[in-house]
Amino acid sequence: MTDLIRTPIIKWGAAETASAIAKGEVSAVEVAQAHLDRIEAVDKKVNAFLHVDTEGALNAAKAVDEKRAKGEELGPLAGVPLALKDVFTTKGIPTTCGSKMLEGWIPPYDATLTTRLKDAGVVILGKTNMDEFAMGSSTENSAYGPTGNPWDLTRIPGGSGGGSAAALAAFEAPLAIGTDTGGSIRQPGAVTGTVGVKPTYGSVSRYGLVAFSSSLDQGGPCARTVLDAALLHEAIAGHDPLDSTSIDAPVPAVVEAAKMRDIRGMRIGVVKEFAGEGYQAGVMQRFNESVELLRELGAEVVEVSCPSFTLALPAYYLIAPSECSSNLARFDAMRYGLRVGDNGSRSAEEVTALTREAGFGDEVKRRIILGTYALSSGYYDAYYGSAQKVRTLISRDFDTAFAGVDVLVSPTTPTTAFPIGERADDPMAMYLADLCTIPSNLAGNAAMSLPVGLAPEDNLPVGLQIIAPAMADDRLYRVGGAVEAALNEKWGHTLLEEVPAL
Amino acid sequence: MPGITREEVAHLARLSRLELKPEELDHFAEQLDVIIGAVARVSEVAGQDVPPTSHPLPLTNVMRADEVRPSLTPEQALSGAPAAEEQRFRVPQILGED
Repeated sequence: MTDLIRTPIIKWGAAETASAIAKGEVSAVEVAQAHLDRIEAVDKKVNAFLHVDTEGALNAAKAVDEKRAKGEELGPLAGVPLALKDVFTTKGIPTTCGSKMLEGWIPPYDATLTTRLKDAGVVILGKTNMDEFAMGSSTENSAYGPTGNPWDLTRIPGGSGGGSAAALAAFEAPLAIGTDTGGSIRQPGAVTGTVGVKPTYGSVSRYGLVAFSSSLDQGGPCARTVLDAALLHEAIAGHDPLDSTSIDAPVPAVVEAAKMRDIRGMRIGVVKEFAGEGYQAGVMQRFNESVELLRELGAEVVEVSCPSFTLALPAYYLIAPSECSSNLARFDAMRYGLRVGDNGSRSAEEVTALTREAGFGDEVKRRIILGTYALSSGYYDAYYGSAQKVRTLISRDFDTAFAGVDVLVSPTTPTTAFPIGERADDPMAMYLADLCTIPSNLAGNAAMSLPVGLAPEDNLPVGLQIIAPAMADDRLYRVGGAVEAALNEKWGHTLLEEVPAL
Repeated sequence: MPGITREEVAHLARLSRLELKPEELDHFAEQLDVIIGAVARVSEVAGQDVPPTSHPLPLTNVMRADEVRPSLTPEQALSGAPAAEEQRFRVPQILGED
């Protein structure tokens, strides 16, 4: 562990941190304090956190140290700090979803994911910034100001989970949690040079995850390495009786797969549809190099056509807003959250409408209106009905593809991080950021984004997306672990060692 | 495929309980017209005989034993209420004047 002692605590990975704590080389309290100090020093610039829970973090760390002192066995992530996306409820700790609607709301209960993290001895540092109710691809839709990308603070960190991804790249936490409805874990991972995984739909409980689009939303791990993501995946996944869509089956052996570093004989498909117009040259260059690397590592690479994927984006922007218009009806100013205009003479209905006008931002309003439109009689069949058919066709394309290959690969996102403000009031341009990530949400399978270098033209990170069939999440980690190891060997260091100092 | 007018947006906003300002109606109508023009591409498959998918997993009812288990106390349930009275949510009048 002499290497670790020379490296500042905040640069350690989660696995190393847990091992150092378990061996008594450092206390969990020291680790928590180092990260709290880092947040204090840099987060004014980054704005990754909406709330920092100093007291809760130090208490959780102290509990880990006490457990160790008593000789009790510690879990593989005990004492490791984590940044939690502000869309999961945390008992006694504010949960805003990046919205004015929930400003100051203190949930009376923990999400299942929150409980699992606490049970694993993970130290929750605070809640991270996000696009309002997870609607967006840049974190600019947060009511609390945008988050900066640590690679270039004038650029977006992706979204909706930009705060979680930026916290990793800014060394404010070695682990983070995101949610991925159309790419909100993977796209921020790609543009910040971090690892993000959308597990199979139904494998991480949605109980206590504030719903945006219930048939698409999926929580998942964010980390700086594939192994760390796997350790977090294992800690949060698994059946939960409190979520009726939770899969009652064993979690795939993701940690073991991350350690294999051998993809010889695997069959890998390159999605033909995700290239061409709109794809940045440097993104395609790094992607093509990654495909070549997969071949060098002994995989059999073939081109695969998924023709329905070109309809995924339009289908998504009907299905997600439709579900959102229904889910967000709960924000009615009656039981929790904001209430404005209650002057004693207005009706409940008027107060609801005034509150929603004041509490929601533009993108949320657009999507509620779009969803209400798509579900209107007269338009339902043409829009929502057709979108549901597209969803079937996309699943069939995946089934056909996975009959011939073990995983699919594509760029995670067509471009590197764009400047803050560039697409803020151009919804269609913003939506294109999720072009390659959406099909996996519609089909409910598993996908990862892994950093594969910087685009030569702008020196910003590029992500490789790996997609596996539902409940074959372990394949993501097997491929990701092998690619990561090969790239680190080639570069002589990890990509994040190139991130500018803040 | 039809686009969307300012009047339709105003109607949809009323249905979705959003008291939009006039300038928001102008702005959203323009943006939603572009978005709807783009998403209307899904109607390419409208005529195809394809079953719809509403959910990625086959859904079945999940039952549990009818047993009492811990839940929120009234105080916890009311802790986020904008207004509470006599251990209940206090809401504005639910019937209008007319």
